[in-house]
Amino acid sequence: MSKLQIHDVSVVYPGLNGGEQVRALSDINFTIDPGEFVVALGASGCGKTTLLSLMAGFISPTEGFLTLGDSQISGLPRVACGVDLQDQIDGPGKERGVVFQKHALLPWLNVVENTEFGLKLQGVGKKERRERAARFLKLVGLEDFHRHPVYQLSGGMQQRVGIARALTNDPKMLLLDEPLGALDALTREVLQELLLDVWKETQKMMFFITHSVEEALFMASRLIIMSPRPGRITHEFRLDFNERFLECRDARKVKSMPEFITMREEVLSIIHGDETVGGLH
Amino acid sequence: MIATKALTPKATMGGGKTAAPAFSKEVRPRDKKSPTLPQRIRNLFSAGPVMPGESYGAPGRGKSLAISVVTATVLLLLWYTVTAAGWISPLFLPSPVAVVERFWEILTDGFAGASLLEHTGWSMYRVFGAFALAMVTAIPIGILMGVNRVARGLFDPIIEFYRPLPPLAYLPLVIIWLGIGEVSKIVLIYMAIFAPMALSARAGVRSVAIEQIHAAYSMGASRWQVIRYIILKSALPEILTGMRIGVGFGWTTLVAAEMVAAQAGLGFMVLNAAEFLVTDVVIMGIVVIGIIAYLFDMLMRYAERKLVPWKGK
Ligand SMILES: Nc1ncnc2c1ncn2[C@@H]1O[C@H](COP(=O)(O)OP(=O)(O)OP(=O)(O)O)[C@@H](O)[C@H]1O
Ligand SMILES: [Mg+2]
Repeated sequence: MSKLQIHDVSVVYPGLNGGEQVRALSDINFTIDPGEFVVALGASGCGKTTLLSLMAGFISPTEGFLTLGDSQISGLPRVACGVDLQDQIDGPGKERGVVFQKHALLPWLNVVENTEFGLKLQGVGKKERRERAARFLKLVGLEDFHRHPVYQLSGGMQQRVGIARALTNDPKMLLLDEPLGALDALTREVLQELLLDVWKETQKMMFFITHSVEEALFMASRLIIMSPRPGRITHEFRLDFNERFLECRDARKVKSMPEFITMREEVLSIIHGDETVGGLH
Repeated sequence: MIATKALTPKATMGGGKTAAPAFSKEVRPRDKKSPTLPQRIRNLFSAGPVMPGESYGAPGRGKSLAISVVTATVLLLLWYTVTAAGWISPLFLPSPVAVVERFWEILTDGFAGASLLEHTGWSMYRVFGAFALAMVTAIPIGILMGVNRVARGLFDPIIEFYRPLPPLAYLPLVIIWLGIGEVSKIVLIYMAIFAPMALSARAGVRSVAIEQIHAAYSMGASRWQVIRYIILKSALPEILTGMRIGVGFGWTTLVAAEMVAAQAGLGFMVLNAAEFLVTDVVIMGIVVIGIIAYLFDMLMRYAERKLVPWKGK
């Protein structure tokens, strides 16, 4: 598998109607290695979704470029010697699945049709599609809602359909933008464990955005903390609480370990004292 | 047993029936007293029960049928009264009874050389023919204008230029170019339907949520698949609205289209009757056009509910 690299990337959003420009990301250099579970934490508006959209290929950086293995996701071509290399730029692709902050389901399709949509696009036969979709719908606890219209589901259920949809498509990399934000504590834990299991089993690369410090520590093999205006990565931690969980399968035990609690306090103090603490970067 | 007792309010239990379960049948008749007549009437005009999840819904929700029925009845009564009392000469406003009588007469004997069914048939042929033609051209062109800047640049000035013109203004030109036969009539109606339908389809394409397009791309969709599975579906509600508006414009243009060299048609019938001051036929023709247009609109609304139940969700 190949790694995802972000080279000197900045994103400047043009101000609306001549308003002020927003420097959403500034000079980001960052690599996600194969099999890594990266979690991004940071205040609202610090550019997390922007970073994810770059990786997904939905937007192009103002400066710099992104690569996945040997192919380029977006940005100015590396060898821009007056040669038009447009067709070497991939943009979004099915090897990078996305779970959106706002679910982005298709209201004209029911739950199971939404879930199998990616497979349908790729021409997978109906029987196999249904089987694979059913498997993940069961895992996210929606096996009784196959024929439900998605616009009649609760916010948390819609998020779960979004997760099942991304998993059914079986991408090499999963980009998740606050995927568990609207869930109750219990369902949230179940899905945290589900995502860790999927990660362990398939060795997918994960990029996971959250606002919960505890969730970040629990899920991450690498945690990045971002700060706003301009959006930068200020801190990085390598963690192994997820591995520990996968060994002992007791989330509560992992979350009450002294190391976990120390780490949580440290991250909280970084987030709260954003101005005073210097960055690692 | 204790729990049951605690949960059961005494007032609903009836005297001393301790063994009755919490939701016994005796509770019902007390709670559901049949409403008195004034209550029923009030219910008819109230907004109706709030739908679950809409307790503070958009302003203007609720049923309005009873109010509409009253409006229509009052207007009809007013019409009947002023004509029956002889306050207005039948030349200006014939009584509703006269109009209905004329309806039966023309239904059997015909008017101006054609039966009412023939008049109606010809007009429906023209309007729905033009409508069908517009459906297979305006909708694809509108969608194309939404997804392709060349198409947009090509068609936008044409549509935007002729759209505000009254059909009567370009009727002579259509006749000079296409003659006085059926073709020019259908083309005139077609042009009136085309613009709103194409513009709605285009607006529908524009209204697609970017996240849905992104989601499709990141699941491996090709450009064509995005258009087919996302954009066309997203545009459907507005396309249907455009069809409703379009056919309305078609009926509006009907009379103009049947002004020149028509042998039959509701518009022709109305114009012909007006020439001979047969006011009851004029009114009857208007009512028939109105009813057909209304029925078709009901059909379209039904189709909307069936085809795009997610609209506005
Ligand atoms: N399409 C856009 N046009 C202009 N500015 C934008 C756009 N999208 C984001 N921004 C700005 O860029 C900055 C970063 O936004 P982003 O959505 O990446 O934040 P975020 O970290 O995901 O926040 P949250 O945690 O609230 O989701 C914000 O200041 C926002 O106002
Ligand atoms: Mg965000």
